Amino acid sequence: MSQLELKRNKVLEARFVADEDVLKHISDNGGVKVRKDRAQLALNVKRFVKKLENISDDDEAQEILEEQNYVAVLGACAEDSLRNGPSAGGGKIYSFQTPKRSGKMAELASELAQTPGKNVTFDSSQYPEKPASTPQSSKKYSASNKAQLKSKKNEFVSTTPYRLRKRLTAPSLRSDSESDYSASCSEEEEEDKDHKETSDVILDQKTPSKTRAAPTPASKKTPAKKLKEEMTSNLVEEYFEAHSSSKVLTSDRTLQKLQKRKLDQQTLLVLLNKAPPAFTAELKELNQQHESLFSKWMLQLHLGFSIVLYGLGSKRDLLEKFRTSLLQDSVHLVVNGFFPSITVRSILNSITEEVLDHVGTFRSPLDQLDLIMKRFKEDSSVELYLLIHNLDSKMLRGDKSQQILAQLASLPNIHLIASIDHINAPLMWDQAKQSLYNWLWYETTTFSPYLEETSYENSLLVQQSGSLALSSLTHVLHSLTPNARGIFRLLAQYHLENKDNPSYPGLSFQDFYQRCREAFLVNSDLTLRAQLTEFRDHKLIRTKRGTDGVEYLLIPVDNGTLTDFLEKEDEDM
Amino acid sequence: MSTSSVSKGCFVFKPSSKKRRISSPTADYFSEGKNDSEDSGLRFATCQLLWKQINSETEKIQEELNKQLFDNLISFLRQSHSEFQTKKTEWMCRMKTSEIPTAALVLGVNVTDHEVTFKSLSEVLQDNITPYVVSLQAKECPGIKHLLQKLMGQLMDRCVDVDLSEEEECVNISQKKIRCSMASLSKWYESVTKKTGSETPSKKRTSSSRHWQFPPIVVIFKDMESFTTKVLQDFIIISSQHIHEFPLVFIFGIATSPMIIHRLLPHSVSSLLCIELFQSLSCKEHLATVIDKLLLTTQFPFKLSEKVLQVLINIFLYHDFSVQNFIKGFQLSIVEHFYSQPLSMLCCQLLEAKKRVNSLSHNQCENIRGLPSFRRYVESQISEKQIALLTEDSFLKEVTQTLLEDLHIYHENYFPVLRCLHVFTTSLPKYPLGKQIRELHCACLGKRVWETEEYGSAVQLLRMLAKAELVAILQKCVEIFTSSSGKQFSNTVEKLEEFLLRFQNLEAETNEVQDVSVSSQKELQKKTDLYHLQKTLLELKESKRSKKLTKFEMLRFEVVDFIDSLVRSYLAPAEMQTLNEVVYFNTANILREHLNAAPRIALHTALNNPYCYLKNQTLKSDVGCISNTAPDICIVYKLHLECGRLINLVDWLEAFSTVVTAVEGTDPDSVATDQVDEIIHARFIRAVSELELLGFIKPSKQKTDHVARLTWGGC
Repeated sequence: MSQLELKRNKVLEARFVADEDVLKHISDNGGVKVRKDRAQLALNVKRFVKKLENISDDDEAQEILEEQNYVAVLGACAEDSLRNGPSAGGGKIYSFQTPKRSGKMAELASELAQTPGKNVTFDSSQYPEKPASTPQSSKKYSASNKAQLKSKKNEFVSTTPYRLRKRLTAPSLRSDSESDYSASCSEEEEEDKDHKETSDVILDQKTPSKTRAAPTPASKKTPAKKLKEEMTSNLVEEYFEAHSSSKVLTSDRTLQKLQKRKLDQQTLLVLLNKAPPAFTAELKELNQQHESLFSKWMLQLHLGFSIVLYGLGSKRDLLEKFRTSLLQDSVHLVVNGFFPSITVRSILNSITEEVLDHVGTFRSPLDQLDLIMKRFKEDSSVELYLLIHNLDSKMLRGDKSQQILAQLASLPNIHLIASIDHINAPLMWDQAKQSLYNWLWYETTTFSPYLEETSYENSLLVQQSGSLALSSLTHVLHSLTPNARGIFRLLAQYHLENKDNPSYPGLSFQDFYQRCREAFLVNSDLTLRAQLTEFRDHKLIRTKRGTDGVEYLLIPVDNGTLTDFLEKEDEDM
Repeated sequence: MSTSSVSKGCFVFKPSSKKRRISSPTADYFSEGKNDSEDSGLRFATCQLLWKQINSETEKIQEELNKQLFDNLISFLRQSHSEFQTKKTEWMCRMKTSEIPTAALVLGVNVTDHEVTFKSLSEVLQDNITPYVVSLQAKECPGIKHLLQKLMGQLMDRCVDVDLSEEEECVNISQKKIRCSMASLSKWYESVTKKTGSETPSKKRTSSSRHWQFPPIVVIFKDMESFTTKVLQDFIIISSQHIHEFPLVFIFGIATSPMIIHRLLPHSVSSLLCIELFQSLSCKEHLATVIDKLLLTTQFPFKLSEKVLQVLINIFLYHDFSVQNFIKGFQLSIVEHFYSQPLSMLCCQLLEAKKRVNSLSHNQCENIRGLPSFRRYVESQISEKQIALLTEDSFLKEVTQTLLEDLHIYHENYFPVLRCLHVFTTSLPKYPLGKQIRELHCACLGKRVWETEEYGSAVQLLRMLAKAELVAILQKCVEIFTSSSGKQFSNTVEKLEEFLLRFQNLEAETNEVQDVSVSSQKELQKKTDLYHLQKTLLELKESKRSKKLTKFEMLRFEVVDFIDSLVRSYLAPAEMQTLNEVVYFNTANILREHLNAAPRIALHTALNNPYCYLKNQTLKSDVGCISNTAPDICIVYKLHLECGRLINLVDWLEAFSTVVTAVEGTDPDSVATDQVDEIIHARFIRAVSELELLGFIKPSKQKTDHVARLTWGGC
C-alpha cells in the first residue's frame, strides 16, 4: 500500500533531481533502499522502456491515425503533396494536446546531459503521449490522475480508492524544504524503478491490461465515417480540458529561493559576450547565402513587390547590411518595430516631416496618409525605401496600423522590406492587406540572437522587470521633497508588512493619514491628497475602492523591487 | 549613423542631393550579383517589354469581361433617374416613397480583385453618366460623420476636376471646413447644377454632352459587409429624406451574397431602397479567360511549365480565388526566368530570336551546349555532327535557329490540337481528363498524355459517342483548326470535313439497317410472357455481339483513331522539346517559396532540426531528436515542449543548465564556479526572451515565476 502511494506521489510531483541529492539521500537512509550503480540503473530502465514500447505500439498506431485525421480535417493534406521543402504538415506541428507532467522536462534534460556529444533519441517527440524514460505504468497512473482531477470519464480511475486520491494533493503542501522534497522524490523514483525491475513478470502481465484500460478515444469509434467528426470535437474538448482546470501541476520553486542575483541589461550583455560563440563558420555561411540575394531584392523592390523576411534568428543585422551596402545613395527610413513606443503615427511623421519636408499637423493618421499618397503619386521621382524590423511587433500588429502600412507599401515609389518573427505573424494580414503589400516571402534563417529586439525592458521576463521599475522609483522619489519620500516609505513599509497576507486590501486613506500625522509628515488631509495625486500621476500608487466604500492605497510594484528600494533608501540615508 | 536608440524608433536617412541617384537603376540590379552578366541588359529589356505586353493584355481582358456588367449598370443608372432629368415635379411625385435606387453588385469572394473592378467602374461612370462618383470604403468611415466628410470631400474634388474656374471657391469651402450635412450637400448640388445649367448652352453641349443637366450622385460602397450597420442605416435614412432634392444612387459592392443586405439592414431601412441585383463574372471564368489568352497562345514566347502552372492554379483555388495574385505569380515567374536563365534572351519573337542567335557569344554557345535538352539532341545525332555541334560555334548557331523554329512550330501545332482534344473530352461523362482546358494542358505538358490511364478511358468513352454529338464536336474542331494560324492543318481540316461528309452519307444507309432492328423490335412487342421475352432478348444480344460493326461504328473508330494520332504527334510533352529551357520557366519551388511561404514550418524546422540550416556534423541527428550541442534556443524550445500549460522557470533553468554543463564537460557534481553559472543563466534568459518574442510563451501571473505556453503539441 505504502509503495503504491509513494508511486502515486511521484507521479504527481515528478521533478528534476540533482545527482548530489540522490547520493545524499541514499546515504541518509542507511542502506534500506537500493544501492545500485546509477549507470546500471539507467540502463535497466532503458531496457525496460523498450519492452514497454512494443506493448504500447497499439496505442501509438491509434494516435498516428488521430493525427492524420486531424491533418485531413484541416485540409493540409492537399498541400502537403505540393511541398517538398524540409517540412511537415501544419497539424503535426501545432495540434492541441493534453498537458504533460511537470517532470518531463527534467527527465529530458538529464537524458540529454547523460550522453554528451552524442545524439539522444527520445521517442516522446514523435508520440507525445508516450513517456520516454519513465515506466509505462506510472505514466498511465498520472494520466488517470489528472483525468480524475478534471472529472474526466475514465474507467480506470474508478478502481483507485478515494482515500488515496485525496492524499495525492497533500504533498505539495507538506513539503517544507526544497531539497528535502526532491530527495524524497528521487528515493521514490529509484525504489519505483527497482521494484519494477525485480517484478518484471508481473508487470508484463499488468501493462497490457493497463494500456487497454487507458482511454484512447479513437479505439471506441470504429465506424470510419464518424471518426472524423468525433475527432474534431475531441480535439476541442481536449483543448478546453487543458485550459479548464486552474490546477497547476508544476513545482512551487521560485527564482527568489534560487539565491541568484537578478541581472540587469548591462551585466546580461557582458555575460553573454563571455559565452563562447557557437557554429560561427556555419552562421557565416548562412549569412553569405542571404547576402547573395541583395541585388535580387533590390530588383524585386523596384518591380513593385514588397519583401518580407522570416525564419529563426535576428534579421536585423542582415537588413542593416543590406541598407549599408545598397541604400546609401537613396532616401530610406529605418523603423525599429521592436522599439516599445513605436507607433504608426511616428512612422508617418518621419515621412512627412523629414522625407517630404512638410510643415503642419494632421487631424488623423488617415489625413496624413492621404497627403503622403498624394505627394508620392504627384512626384514619381521621389523614392523611399522603408525598412521595418519586426513588422509584427506589439505596437504595429494592430489592424489599423497594418492597414496604413499596407497602403504605404502599395505606392509604387515606396519600397518596403520588412522582417517578421512571431509564429502567428501572417495572421495579421487578410487578403486585402496582403494584396496591398504584394509580398514576396524570403526565408532567412540566421540563428543569430535577438539581442537588440529583446533588449528593451518590456520584452523581457521576470528576471529583469525589477531593475527599470526600481530605477524609475528612485528617480521619481529623488525629485520629491523629503516629506513626500517619507510618505511613500511609510506606505511601502506597510505594504511589505502585509505581503504574506493574501487578502490584504491595501492601506485605507484614513489609516494612512493617521500614520502620516503621527510621523509629522503632513498637517492636513489636503496636503496628503495632493501628495497622493502626484504619486498616482507617476504610477507609484494605485487606489482602489473597497466593498465598504473606503479608499485603499496600493503600490503596484512587486515585493522584491520594493524591498530593494527600501534597502537602497536606507543606504542613502 | 546607428539605427539603435533608446529614445526613438524611426530613422530617416537622406543622402545629399548630388549623391542621390536620379535615373532608374533597376537594370543595374538585374545584372548585379550575377556572374554571367553578359547580355543582362538585353535580357532585362526583353523581360520588361514582355511584361508590359502581358500586362496590357490582362487589362484588356479585364475590360472586355466587365463590359457586359458595366453596360447593364449604366443603363440602370440612366433609367433610375430619367424622370429627374425630364420633369422635376414628376420625379418628386414618384419619389414620395423616398426610395433610393440601389444597385447590389455581387462580386464574389476574391476581394483583392475588386479594387480594379471598382476603379474601372468609376472611370466608366464618370465618362458616361455623371462626374459625381464617390467611392467609400468601410475603413474610412467608422462613423456617419466621417462618411459624410469623405463624401463631401470627394464630391468637391470632382467638381474641381469638372470645372477649373471653380477651383478657388472649392478650396475655400474645404478650408473653412463647412459643416458636413446633407443640407449643405443639397445646396452644393443645386449651385453646381444651376451653374452648369445657366452657362451658355453651346458650351454645355460640348463639355458635358455626355452628362445630363442633373447628373446623379453615385455613391459606391466598396465593401458593404464591413460597414458598421449603424453608419449604413443612418446614412440611408438621412439620404432618403433628401432624395427629393438631388438624384442619388447607391452601388453596394457585395462579396458574399445579396442576403447580406437584409441581414445588415432592418426592414424599415431596406424598404427605403429600390434594389436591383447585378452579378459580376465569376473569378473562375476570369481565370479561364486569362489562361486562355496568356498561356494557350503563341502570342507570347514565354511559357510556364506544368509544375509552375500547377502551383499558381493551386494558390488560386486553395487560397484566394484572386486573379490579380495569379497574374502577380505570372509576373514573378517572368522575372525569375529572365533573371536566372542566361539564354532567356532568346525568349522573344521568332524573327528577333533568330537575329539574336547570330550574335551569340562563345559563352552563350557553351550555355546552349549545357542545356540537358540540347545534350539529348546531340546524342541522337551522328558522330560527325556531334563533333561539329560541340566544337563549331557557327554551326551551332545555325542548328539553334532551326531548333528554335521547330519549337515555335511545335507550339503552333500544340494549342489547336489541345483545344480540339479538349472539345472531345469535355463531352465525356465524368471528365476523365478534366473539365477545364488548364487541367488538360497540365496533363499534356507534364508527360506523354496518351500513356496515361485517364487518356485510355477517355478514348474508350469516345468510342461510344452518339452520332449527333460526334458531328457537333467535329464541326467545332474544324472551326478551331481553320482559325488557327498553323498552315500544316489544311490536311487535317480536309480529313475532318471528309469525316463529316461521310457521316451525312451514312444517314441514308442507316435507314436500311434500321429495318432489321425494327423487325426484331416488333417481335419483341408481340411476346408478352416473361420467358419468351427473356429468350428473345438473349437472342438479340447474341446477334448484336456476333454482328459486324455497323458503318457508323466503323467510321466512329476511324475518327477516334485519327484524333488519337493527332494527339500522339502534336501533344508531346514540352520537356521533350529541344531548347525548351529557353522559353519554359520550371523552377516551381522558387515560386512556392516566395508566394506561398510557410513561416511556421521554417521556424519549426530551425528549432527542431538545426542541422537543416547549420551543416555541422555535431548537430546531425535522426528525426525527432536533437543534439545537445544545438543552439541554446533549440534546447530551451525542446525542453519547453515537455511541459504543460505552465512552465516553472526554475525547473526550466535547471534543466537547461544540466544540458549545457554536460556539453561543456564540466562535472555536474562538482561545485560549478559562480562565473559559469552566471553565463548559463544569462544564456537562458536570452533564449527564453527569444522564445517570448517568437510567441511560444508569455509571462503568466497565475503562479510566481511561471510562464504560459502558447502552442500546443509539437514534436
